[in-house]
Amino acid sequence: MSHELGIDPPVAAATEPARQRQQAETTRTHVWIRFLLRRTTRMIISMFIIVTVAFFVVRMSGGDPVRDALGPTAPMALVEQRRAELGLDAPLLNQYLHYLFGLLQGDLGSSFITGQSVSSVVAERLPKTLALGFIAVVVVLIVAIPLGLIIAVLTQNGRRRLTEFSFSGLTGLFLSIPEYLLAVGLVVLFGIMWPVLPIAGSDSAAAYVLPVIALGAASSALIARIARVEGLKVLGQDYMRTARSKRLPKTTLYFKHALPNMLTAVLTLGGTTLGGLVAATALVEQVFNWPGLGYTLIQSISARDYNVVVGVAVVYATLIIVINLMVDVLLAALDRRTALLEI
Amino acid sequence: MRPRFLRTIFSSPLRAFASLALLALIVIAVIGPAIWGVEGDTPNPTTLNAPPGGDHIAGTDALGRDVLARVLAAGQISLLMALSATAIGVVLGTLLGAVPVVLGRRSQRILASVLSTWMAFPVLLVALFITILLGPGTVTAVIAMGLTMTPSFGRFMQTLAAEIESADYVVAGRMLGIRRGRLFRRYILPNISEPVLVYVTISIGNALLAMSALSFLGLGVQAPNYDWGRMLGDALPNVYTSPWAALIPGIAIVFAGITFGLAGEALASLSRNRGGAARPPRGVPTPQSPSAMETSATRLNQGNESNTEAHLVSGRSLDGEPLLSVRHLSVHYPTSDGWVSPVRDVSLTINRGEIVGVVGESGSGKSVTSMAINRLITNPGQVQARQLSFDGIDLLGIKEKDLRAKLGSRIATIFQDPMTYLNPALRIGTQLTEVLEGRSTRAEARERAIAGLKELRMTKPAERLNQFPAELSGGMRQRVLIAMAQIADADLIIADEPTTALDMTVQHHVLAALRKRCRENGSSALVVSHDIGVLVELCTRLVVMYAGRIVEEISVEQLLRQGPAHPYTEALLASLPTLETPVDKPLVTLPGQPPHPGETFSGCAMAPRCPFSTDECRTVLPQLELVRPATKAACLHPRNHAIASTERQNLDIA
Repeated sequence: MSHELGIDPPVAAATEPARQRQQAETTRTHVWIRFLLRRTTRMIISMFIIVTVAFFVVRMSGGDPVRDALGPTAPMALVEQRRAELGLDAPLLNQYLHYLFGLLQGDLGSSFITGQSVSSVVAERLPKTLALGFIAVVVVLIVAIPLGLIIAVLTQNGRRRLTEFSFSGLTGLFLSIPEYLLAVGLVVLFGIMWPVLPIAGSDSAAAYVLPVIALGAASSALIARIARVEGLKVLGQDYMRTARSKRLPKTTLYFKHALPNMLTAVLTLGGTTLGGLVAATALVEQVFNWPGLGYTLIQSISARDYNVVVGVAVVYATLIIVINLMVDVLLAALDRRTALLEI
Repeated sequence: MRPRFLRTIFSSPLRAFASLALLALIVIAVIGPAIWGVEGDTPNPTTLNAPPGGDHIAGTDALGRDVLARVLAAGQISLLMALSATAIGVVLGTLLGAVPVVLGRRSQRILASVLSTWMAFPVLLVALFITILLGPGTVTAVIAMGLTMTPSFGRFMQTLAAEIESADYVVAGRMLGIRRGRLFRRYILPNISEPVLVYVTISIGNALLAMSALSFLGLGVQAPNYDWGRMLGDALPNVYTSPWAALIPGIAIVFAGITFGLAGEALASLSRNRGGAARPPRGVPTPQSPSAMETSATRLNQGNESNTEAHLVSGRSLDGEPLLSVRHLSVHYPTSDGWVSPVRDVSLTINRGEIVGVVGESGSGKSVTSMAINRLITNPGQVQARQLSFDGIDLLGIKEKDLRAKLGSRIATIFQDPMTYLNPALRIGTQLTEVLEGRSTRAEARERAIAGLKELRMTKPAERLNQFPAELSGGMRQRVLIAMAQIADADLIIADEPTTALDMTVQHHVLAALRKRCRENGSSALVVSHDIGVLVELCTRLVVMYAGRIVEEISVEQLLRQGPAHPYTEALLASLPTLETPVDKPLVTLPGQPPHPGETFSGCAMAPRCPFSTDECRTVLPQLELVRPATKAACLHPRNHAIASTERQNLDIA
C-alpha cells in the first residue's frame, strides 16, 4: 500500500490512484443501492405483517359493527342484508384475501357507517396530520439539539450547577406531563384564561401553535437531554481541543465542530421519538378537534368501523416506517463509520 | 466507603434532590397501602367532593374518599407497574437489539426488520390490540406497555452496539476468538451500559406516564383497585367543579416522572465523573504557594541568587526580550483525594527562532506544560504562575473571549494522537484551512493547504482535502496535524510528540520541514518528546522534566560536549540504543516507576530511583541552578567529571 507510507510510488502512479478512487466510489454506490433495496423490501414485508395483524385483531375484537351502525331497533333481516353487502358473512380468510386484493389496487374498502371509501377518508385527512407531524418534527429538531448543546457548553466540567439543575428540572417536567394533559392545559391557559390562540380547527397558521407545542414538548425535552449528554461527551474529545487551539469563534467551535459529531446518537434516539410523535397526533388531534387521521382513528375505534380502523392503522404504520427509514438514511450519510449501512 | 458514597450523592444539588425524591417515592411505595389503604378506600357520603382543608388536606373525591390518602396508597401499584413494564422492555430490547451483534450479519438483519415492523405500530394501537386479546387489566397493561417499549430499547441498543461493533477492540476480540457470550459481556456491555442506564431510568418515568394514560382510558388498573392514572381519569369529568381530585394524582404522576428523569441525569453525571473528581475541593489550590517556594528558593540558593533567573548563554535572545516567558508555572487538577499537580514550579523561556525540546517519561508533565502555555487547560484544571507571557501578551490575565482577537493562532499546537485529535465529521480541507478564515481567500487557503501537505510528502495532497480523517492512515493524519499548525503561520509552534506515528524516513523529513520553517520564518518551537535522540537532532536547547518539575536545562552543544548534569538525563541518554549497542544485551533501563502526580515529596522526586542519592536528597528539594556554563540542574549531586569522581568515592566509602 503505497499511500500507507505516504511516499509517491514510481511511474505507474499517474493512472493507478484515479482507478482506485473510481473503484472506491463504485463500491460505495453499490453499498447504498443494496442498503436502500434491502430497506424497501423490508418495508414491504413490514407493511404486509401490519395489514395482517391489524385485520385479524380488529375482526376478533368482538361486537357487531353492523348492528352498532344500524342501531338496536333495526330489523334482523336488514342487519343480515347489510352484512352480506359488506362481505362480512364470508369466512374470515376470504374476507382477508379480498381485503388484500383490494389493497393492492389501492382500495381500502369503505366505511361501514358512512359508506365513504377509506381511501378518500385518508386522502382527505392525511394532509392535516402530515402537516402537523412534519412541523412538530422540524420544530423539535431545530429547538432541541442546539438547546442541548448550548446547555452542555454552559454546564461543562460541572460548572453552573444551577443551570444544570433548572434544565434537568424543566425537561423533566415536560417529559412528565402526558401529551393529553399538556394539550388540555394549553387549551385552558391560552384558549380560556388568556384567549390569544385558536384552540380548535386547522384553518389558520396560528391554529398550529398549540397542537405543535402539545405534540413536541415531550420529544423536545427528551432530545435536548440526550443532546446535552452527547454534547458533553463530544466537548471532552481531543479534536475539540484541536479546534480550541485554533481560537475559532465560539459559534464555529460548537456548531461546526461539535454538532455534527453528536448528531448520530441524538438522531438514533430522536428517530424513535419522532415516530412516537407522529402516533401521538391521535391524542392531540382529539383535544384540538384537528381534522386529521388520528381523530378519525379514535372515532372509528369507538364506532367499530373495521375498514377505517385497519386502513388508518396501516397508513399510520407506513408513516412511522418511512420516518425510521429517513432517520437511518440520514444516519448512514452522516456517520461513515457506522455499521448501519450493512444492516 | 459509606461516607464517600454519601459525599458523592450530596456533592451536587441534582444528585441530592434526585436521591431524596427517589427515597421518598420508595418509602411511599413500600408503606403506602398499609398506612393509607383503609382510609383511601372508605367512602364517606357526608363529605362528597369536599374542597381541601380541615380533615382532608387535599379534599375528597366524588365518593367522599380522602384524595391524599388515595394518592399515597396508589403509589405502590403505579411504581410497580412502571418498573415491571420497563423490565420487560429492557430484557426483550436487549435481546433483540444488542445480542445479534455477536451473532452475525444475517440474524442482525432479521431482527432489525422485526424491530422496525414492531415499532411501526402506534403505541396506542399496540396497547389496544393487546387489550382486545387479553382483556383489560393490570397485567395486560404492563405487558402491553413492556411490549411497546421493547422496540425503542432494541433500536437504541442496536445502534449503540453497531457503533461499538466497528470499534477496534471488538474487532480485535473477535479475531482473538473470544466466545460470543464473553464478547458480549466483557466487550460490548460495559461500553454501552452508561447510556443504557440513563435511558432506562428515564424510561421508568415514561412508563409511569404511559401507564397512567392507559389507566386513564380505562385499559389499565380496574376498579376497585386504582393507580394514579385511574384516579386522574375518574376525576377528569368533574375537573371544573372539583379540580383537586384530578390535580393531586396529576402532581403525583408529574413528580414521579421528574424524579426518574433527574435520577437518570444524576446517573449520567456520576458515570461521567467516575475515576475523576466527584467534586473538586473548594478554594484555591495551594499545595505549594509561590511565596513559600520563593523563600525556599532564596534559602537554598544563597550566593547563587543572580544565577537563578539568568538566561542560558547559548539561548540568549537576539533582541533581549524572549518570545515566551514562563515563571513558576504550576497546574493543578482536583481528584476525589484532593489536588494533584502534574506540573510544579516550571520556569522556561523561549527566544525568537529557537527550538527548545522538552523530554521526559510519560507522566512527567511535559504535555500538560505545553497545554498550559497555549491556554488549553480547562476547568476544573487550575493554572498558577508568577509570569506567563507571550510576546508581551499576558496569557495569565487575558480573558477567554479576548484570546481570539489578541492571540489568534500565533501559538499553534501539534497534538500527540493523530487518531483522536482530528475531527471525524469534517473534511481534511476544512480542518486545515479554517485558521486562515478571514485572513485569506478560500482559494488561497486551499493552495496553502496543498502546499503544506506537499511539503510533508503527502501523496495526492489536493485529493486529501476532500477526504475525512477516517479515510487516512495514522501517519497521514499526523502529517495533517503538523500541516495544520504550519499553515497557521504561528510564531510559536508547540509540538507534542509530533512524530510518534511516523516511520523513520518520514519522521526525519517532517522534522527537517519543522526546522526549515523556524529558520526561514523566525518562528520558535517547543517540541515535546519522550525520545531524547530526536530532540538532540532538532533542538538547540533541552529541558528535562521529571515528576512535574524541570530537573535539567541544557544547551544541546553542552550536552554533546560535556554530557548531562542530572542523573536522570544521563539515564535517559543511556537508554538510547545506538549502533554500538550490543544486540545480545538488554537495553539499559532506569529501575522503578516515575511517581504519581498526587505524591508529595519533601526532597528530590528522583531520589528513590537515583543511584547517587543520599539522605539529603530525600529531605531537601533541589532548585534549578546553574551548575556549568549553559547547564542548569536541580540536583544536589550534579554529574560533572570532577565532581562525579569525588562523589563516587564518597559513595564507595559510605
